[in-house]
Amino acid sequence: MSELAVEVRGLRKTYGPVVAVGGIDLSVRRGEIFALIGPNGAGKTTTLEILEGHRRADAGHVHVLEEDPARNEIAFKERIGIVLQSTSIQPYLTVEETIEQFRGYYPAPRPLDELVDIVGLEASRKKLVRRLSGGQQRRLDVAMGLAGDPELLFLDEPTTGFDPAARRGAWEMIRGLKSLGKTVLLTTHYMDEAQALADTVAIIRNGLIVAEGTPDELRAGQAETVISFRFAGSAAGLPPAAAAATFENGRAVLRTVDPTTALHELTGWAKERGEALEGLSVTPVSLEDVYLGLAGDEAE
Amino acid sequence: MSASMALRQVGYENRSFWRNPAAAFFTFLLPLIFLVLFNSIFGDSELTIDGRDLDGSTFYVPGIAALAVVSACYTNMGMMVTISRDLGILKRVRGTPLPPWAYIFGRLAHAMLVSLLLVLIVTGVGAVAYGTDVPGNTLPGFTVTLMLGAVTFCALGLALTAVIPNADAAPAITNATVLPLLFISNVFIPLQDPPAWLAFVGDVFPLKHFAAALQTAFHPDTTGAGFEWGDLAVIAAWGVAGTALAVRFFSWEPRR
Repeated sequence: MSELAVEVRGLRKTYGPVVAVGGIDLSVRRGEIFALIGPNGAGKTTTLEILEGHRRADAGHVHVLEEDPARNEIAFKERIGIVLQSTSIQPYLTVEETIEQFRGYYPAPRPLDELVDIVGLEASRKKLVRRLSGGQQRRLDVAMGLAGDPELLFLDEPTTGFDPAARRGAWEMIRGLKSLGKTVLLTTHYMDEAQALADTVAIIRNGLIVAEGTPDELRAGQAETVISFRFAGSAAGLPPAAAAATFENGRAVLRTVDPTTALHELTGWAKERGEALEGLSVTPVSLEDVYLGLAGDEAE
Repeated sequence: MSASMALRQVGYENRSFWRNPAAAFFTFLLPLIFLVLFNSIFGDSELTIDGRDLDGSTFYVPGIAALAVVSACYTNMGMMVTISRDLGILKRVRGTPLPPWAYIFGRLAHAMLVSLLLVLIVTGVGAVAYGTDVPGNTLPGFTVTLMLGAVTFCALGLALTAVIPNADAAPAITNATVLPLLFISNVFIPLQDPPAWLAFVGDVFPLKHFAAALQTAFHPDTTGAGFEWGDLAVIAAWGVAGTALAVRFFSWEPRR
């Protein structure tokens, strides 16, 4: 058995003149949570739907659980779970009935009680789907995706539209899946989500992977530190090491790859002139900054 | 495994249907309204259709039975499957190991069950309220016609979904394709001496043949088992064409 759940080389997909995915490589290890992050239209969903078997690639090698998803085989679908970008569930069945229906599609389903428990819908078991809130429907959607006890679960923007508390709840649930030994491949708009959940993050932009690694590696690749302090003057008044500072809301903000020298000069300069450097802060660049830098303006 | 999956699918379709009592109620009420309405207006007239005399209620009970099958199979199937497709429910199912035919079978069998129930109700009301003879010797022909018609109109409804771009357009398109036919196929109005072109248009489509075959089975003078082989052949041809088109062009994905 390969240690890779997903192996993609040179995947390409175009819609007419539009290049949705421009030749990407992906390697998702078994048992990890892998996040594909990028702005709308970057190619996340197209990539996911090719891996799920919903679409065909124009070019490239795609192996998911050592199978070719484009062959659309029932034996393949028995091993994966899919949660699509938009939730769509028959409205007139209850939570239990819906999960039972999906359990019936698989040879070795997870027990009903466990599924209800994993997604935290115990109190709504007998409710009709149409009476559930949007967040509850999304959780039911995940239970349907897990019904067959899949080796690999695809989650396309699992928390888009959630309030902060619901997102934390969803994260707990997704971490729980990992502890069950599942491989999870998810897409998201949110770097904090990728950071909180993923073992590996790939940033996709205009159909290309622009960065990939663990959250720490991604941050290490961008060795910038952000130094800022309250300052009313202009760049001309600052020492040379701080000449590149920008000014936002009455603060000077300096991004530097050499914080030691910058701070040394800055504090020396401040002491000499009796400046207090009020509100001085020194922070490593956040993953969000890395992402926004790489994903470009579309991500904002 | 697959067969039991398909049967369970029928169960889920049925349960979903009855969980929306308002929709279910009006599905059953509409043919009855037409039955009462048309019988009140034309029920007492003596009609001559295709050279054969029959009274109004013998015309309308099988005619409205045909309407019931068309609305449960063609209209409902066309609309509801398009709506499910647009919502993404079909795509969701397509990502599971459920074989596509098993899902379609669930919807088809459900539509046929609703049709059957509707026909029983229409026939029952016809017999009680209007004294319409219920076929005895022609029951085999009646049943076969009914089943063939139901399958054919389901196949045509599924084929139609391929040309319906989105759920909002579904009611307009399904109605526009079926309402005119109801008027020229001896369902709503007995066409005693139609212009040749109108008769021709009616003859091309399956609804007139379906209604005629049911009306023959209901006619007290009909001898034998009530099979109208010519009409059944036309209906079957449409069924085969509808199935071929549905298999070729049916889409599980919402249109963008």
